[in-house]
Amino acid sequence: MLHLTAGRVGGLFSRRAVVGLTNSGARMSSHHEVSDQVDMSQPMYWDRLDTPLPDRAWIDVLDSKDKSLKQKEKGPWTALSKEEKIALYRLKFNHTYPEMKKPSHEWKTVIGGMFIFFGITGLVVFWQGHYVYPPQPHTFGEEWQAKQIQRMLDMRVNPIEGFSAKWDYKNKQWK
Amino acid sequence: MHCGKYIKSQTVKLCIVVLHIDGIRSPLASRCYSHAKVETDEEFDARWVTYFSKPDIDAWELKKGMNTLIGYDLVPEAKILDSALRACRRLNDLASAIRILEAVKDKSGPHKDIYPYLIQELQPTLIELGISTPEDLGMDKL
Repeated sequence: MLHLTAGRVGGLFSRRAVVGLTNSGARMSSHHEVSDQVDMSQPMYWDRLDTPLPDRAWIDVLDSKDKSLKQKEKGPWTALSKEEKIALYRLKFNHTYPEMKKPSHEWKTVIGGMFIFFGITGLVVFWQGHYVYPPQPHTFGEEWQAKQIQRMLDMRVNPIEGFSAKWDYKNKQWK
Repeated sequence: MHCGKYIKSQTVKLCIVVLHIDGIRSPLASRCYSHAKVETDEEFDARWVTYFSKPDIDAWELKKGMNTLIGYDLVPEAKILDSALRACRRLNDLASAIRILEAVKDKSGPHKDIYPYLIQELQPTLIELGISTPEDLGMDKL
């Protein structure tokens, strides 16, 4: 596989392009970027349940201890201790499957946030009802409403199945 | 011989008559399925065992093979996994071997009895190659 490290490429391109190939370090672009840019042209690492083996190892810059462990890996694996096997796994992978599947506490944040916003909205609605709405029309008053209902009954509004049908005209009460 | 030919020509004529009467409607038994040959389970298994058995398999081929296999709607047979684990051995990659076991356990989903069965089937290979299961290493717990 062709490993194009930034150092090797330095001889071929100008300095500006070499900086562009590195993942981190000074940005030579015109606007200031806040987040880390991932170089999508390089093999990426991922932890995915449905794709167990990513394009590159989790840790690919090995110190001497890791390098000697990698050498030992070339021999019989029965010679490796449990800790060494775990170390080899952790060099190549970040999370184990159970760690990937670990549930988070995010739902509490979501529900909590929802209720907070309901509450704020409730306060806004209450304030609005008190300070913004004009006074109620006079037709909403108790006396007017009573007279309105009496008028509707006198007119026999919906006498078969609706409003007046529910009024007992003989005994002057609701059925 | 001559009789047989006569009968055959009669049935052919009958078929044509049926089609003509039906008009645009196709005869009852025909459906719009592909006529491609369906691969049997044994052929599928054999193909994958052969894939991982390549003596000079490289890391990319192992990754591609495993990722593709896990993408299918099935749990791979023990013999395919055995072949894949041996490929890991040829590539001196113990971590990937353990990852494969984890992936297969996850693939089984709610069917909790598949993984122990596969481990049981793979036990000779695991012992021979010295591959510890995630359970042995305590990596099946958080």
